Amino acid sequence: MTEITSLSLFELIKNIKEKKISSNEAAKSFVDRSEKSKKLNTYVTENFENCLKLSKEFDNKPNFDLKLPGIPIAVKDLFCTNEVRTTAGSNILNNFVPSYESTVTQNIWNEGGILLGKLNCDEFAMGSSNETSFFGNVQNPIAKNLVPGGSSGGSSSALAANLTPVTIGTDTGGSIRQPASFTGTVGLKPTYGSCSRYGIVAFASSLDQAGPMSKDVKDSSILLEVISSFDKKDSTSIDFKRNNYSSELTRNIKGIKIGIPKEYRVDGMPGEIENLWKKGIEYAKDCGAEIIDISLPHTSYALPTYYIVAPAEASSNLARYDGVKYGLRSSGESLIHMYEKTRSEGFGEEVKRRIMIGTYVLSSGYYDAYYLKAQKVRQLIKKDFDDAYNKVDAILTPSTPSSAFKIGEKSNDPVSMYLNDIFTVPVNLAGLPGISIPAGRDKNNYPLGLQIIGKPFDEQTVLNIAYSMEEKINYKNNITDWWME
Amino acid sequence: MDGIMSKNNSEYLIERNDNIYEVVIGLEVHAQVTSNSKLFSSSSTKFGAEPNTQVSLVDAAFPGMLPVINEYCVKQAIKTGIGLKAKINNKSVFDRKNYFYADLPQGYQISQYKYPIVGEGNVILDMPEGQKYVGIERLHLEQDAGKSIHDIDPSNTLVDLNRSGVALMEIVSKPDLRSPDEVNAYIKKLRSIMRYLGTCDGNMQEGSLRADVNVSVRIKGSKELGTRCEIKNVNSIKFMQMAIIYEANRQVDLIEEGEEIDQETRLFDTKKNETRSMRSKEDAHDYRYFPDPDLLPLEITDEFIDQLKSEIPELPDDKKKRFIDEFKISPYEATILVSDIDTAKYFEEVVAKMGKNRDMKLAVNWITGELFAVLNNKNIEIAHSPISAKNLAKLINLIKNGTISGKIAKTIFELMMDGDIDPQIIVEEKGLKQQSDPIALEALIDKIINDNREKAIEYKQGKEKLFGFFVGQAMKASGGKANPQLINEILKKKL
Repeated sequence: MTEITSLSLFELIKNIKEKKISSNEAAKSFVDRSEKSKKLNTYVTENFENCLKLSKEFDNKPNFDLKLPGIPIAVKDLFCTNEVRTTAGSNILNNFVPSYESTVTQNIWNEGGILLGKLNCDEFAMGSSNETSFFGNVQNPIAKNLVPGGSSGGSSSALAANLTPVTIGTDTGGSIRQPASFTGTVGLKPTYGSCSRYGIVAFASSLDQAGPMSKDVKDSSILLEVISSFDKKDSTSIDFKRNNYSSELTRNIKGIKIGIPKEYRVDGMPGEIENLWKKGIEYAKDCGAEIIDISLPHTSYALPTYYIVAPAEASSNLARYDGVKYGLRSSGESLIHMYEKTRSEGFGEEVKRRIMIGTYVLSSGYYDAYYLKAQKVRQLIKKDFDDAYNKVDAILTPSTPSSAFKIGEKSNDPVSMYLNDIFTVPVNLAGLPGISIPAGRDKNNYPLGLQIIGKPFDEQTVLNIAYSMEEKINYKNNITDWWME
Repeated sequence: MDGIMSKNNSEYLIERNDNIYEVVIGLEVHAQVTSNSKLFSSSSTKFGAEPNTQVSLVDAAFPGMLPVINEYCVKQAIKTGIGLKAKINNKSVFDRKNYFYADLPQGYQISQYKYPIVGEGNVILDMPEGQKYVGIERLHLEQDAGKSIHDIDPSNTLVDLNRSGVALMEIVSKPDLRSPDEVNAYIKKLRSIMRYLGTCDGNMQEGSLRADVNVSVRIKGSKELGTRCEIKNVNSIKFMQMAIIYEANRQVDLIEEGEEIDQETRLFDTKKNETRSMRSKEDAHDYRYFPDPDLLPLEITDEFIDQLKSEIPELPDDKKKRFIDEFKISPYEATILVSDIDTAKYFEEVVAKMGKNRDMKLAVNWITGELFAVLNNKNIEIAHSPISAKNLAKLINLIKNGTISGKIAKTIFELMMDGDIDPQIIVEEKGLKQQSDPIALEALIDKIINDNREKAIEYKQGKEKLFGFFVGQAMKASGGKANPQLINEILKKKL
């Protein structure tokens, strides 16, 4: 029999329900493997002992009607977890233990999930390589000294290394899809308003969205079904009819119209990305989809727009980390001095850079030229998609303009780092659902992903297309466990 | 000659070297919304609780916490807007006003900046020289900050977040006020309207009503506005008036000395009775306002507004008009009676309880005279009056129907206060019923005239002043219970 840790979530649930594997056996397997995988640096806070205890409790009193019966799950350290330290990858929250639970994680525990630990991420989710984390780099299990992507880098790495059956990340500009693409895994960013933001450490409120990360599309559909819910505690949560994503999942996408946006052929895009995209189009056709060329004319403005809107919101969202109420406090001679020292010591370079950008674009005299303009462009980008969706049901693009890069390769070049998000950012600006699925490999054998973007609230179509293409692509990660002694 | 010209009306002018200046005042009133819970959280707003006992995770801005609008506070703001005869905006937006302070947990205040919930309206002031309209620029909803307490610990500032997140209405007037008297009338009128509506209790001691006062001066008759200074956070009408007088004179002095007035924010020092510079325009905060992405724009339908309109009670201006029309009392009396909702309620109850044969004049005089004096003396609100409206109405009826004299009524009034006693019972128990039997009174007067023959003769010879002497003697002899009108009549006849 295959190792427990390499089972898909679906298979694991099936085995547990059929009593072939106990929750405690599953927990032990993931804890053991996680213990042996410290070199990957995926965990910020382990919850192993508690997880083993809770899994035993589950086995003593099992409830197989639950959607995640006794399943151990590690989550990104941006979700506040009751009585378990939550750092957001930052020194300023190094000692922060919430007394409350995020809605998304609560949904998981309500369905029988058990917290395995808190996974590393870029500081306040600001980064594309997990290198901005106060808790250090995360290794991509694909190859040594390769970044796992970011900001949900700990999540993608832990998932690809089989340290957790599935995980959840957050995606503000690509933070689920890009790391999924870099690790040969599946990552879905739902429609803005699908998953509650309550209890998630905020980066950019109008863009942040939690979503599932998994080894295959079916697992994402199972997890999305659990985490997506209307929540009165989040005023931007939307009360729409949610599908039973996993049971409605189908490979029948015959006649579905898929748009190919010409503006995504960006200058300097490696040939292998171009080829991957072409192959993807062929796969989609093989699945019965109709391919239609479309135009999203404002695509080139998406990245600059994003790098105004996101830092602006972040500069305000991060103002609460001032040393007064919780988290790090450095001593100072006056209130202002205390603020300065706390925030200087508490925040890393990338976070400070974005706070400064955000403060600048909101300043009087610059607001109209930057923030207001960016908001207008954001509307145009959204309209591009609205127009396209008059003609097509979904859009197919590459997930990233390149494969995973080496640790340190881009850490001193923020603009080159920001370019990683060029294909994912427009989706956040427009509030749309988007999935990245593994679709091939580059010359180094590093995974490459394709992105499927859907209409608002139409996660089902996105999942169905991905599910269908996944079968044709038939991608399998080749993990060698190189990091183990 | 320098000096402040004083007039009999509410005008306030400053004279310096033959120049006559007027003062231009605009107010930003911060009124705490009457609501059990805060603007974006369910924490209690009760005043006077132990520090930091009414603080939710949202109020303390814990990571991942999100604001959720309290619909009741929105209704209260709309009602207030209706009371100010203002335009209610179908769409308004909550912005973030960003600044750092220890008692501002989020690092920003959620406030409506560009798109307030209520637009232009007006308030009518009853001034001695007639009615005056004061324009309302806008009303918007915002969160209050917590409190920094500097005087408990010698080396630390303590922070109490009970107030953090409490809903405020900021009511911005146009620069239409011209004197401390008008400011007094304006604040009282606003307070009165909001108390009628139940949207703000107007309690200035508890900080439910505070104001930023914008003051500038100009030569009287000039159309242009002078450079203004904003005096922050003044929490009583008296201090507002003192601050305005100080600030206006300071500005006039500067102009007369040929100096410029800096546009700045100032503080009023209540101990020294002066305003002090807090920060200049150059040092002004850049609040970096932008729409709060955690909240959707507030959209209000016309049906919602109409529903609230139908719930609005009769407001002071309408009530005043009705009192004059219906009860035939003077505008001055009506103004006094409607100024406070509880006074108006009390008056109306007295009127109702007096029944058919009611005497408005007596009712107004007893409420604004004896009753107000007692309430003032004992510092009691009329809502907690020691004499109920019902019993005061009985007392007035006893005067009206001749059972007691006005003088005896005052004695009875004093006795009634001890537990709101029915005046009828006092009259009976103490035998204070007025003597109105003409035969008994004639006998009594005959005796007095007999006992004072010489004075009676003097009176007949033309010393008319002595009439009062006989009235006094008659009242004295009757123990004050004689009907004074009858005494007068009988005396005139007999003498």
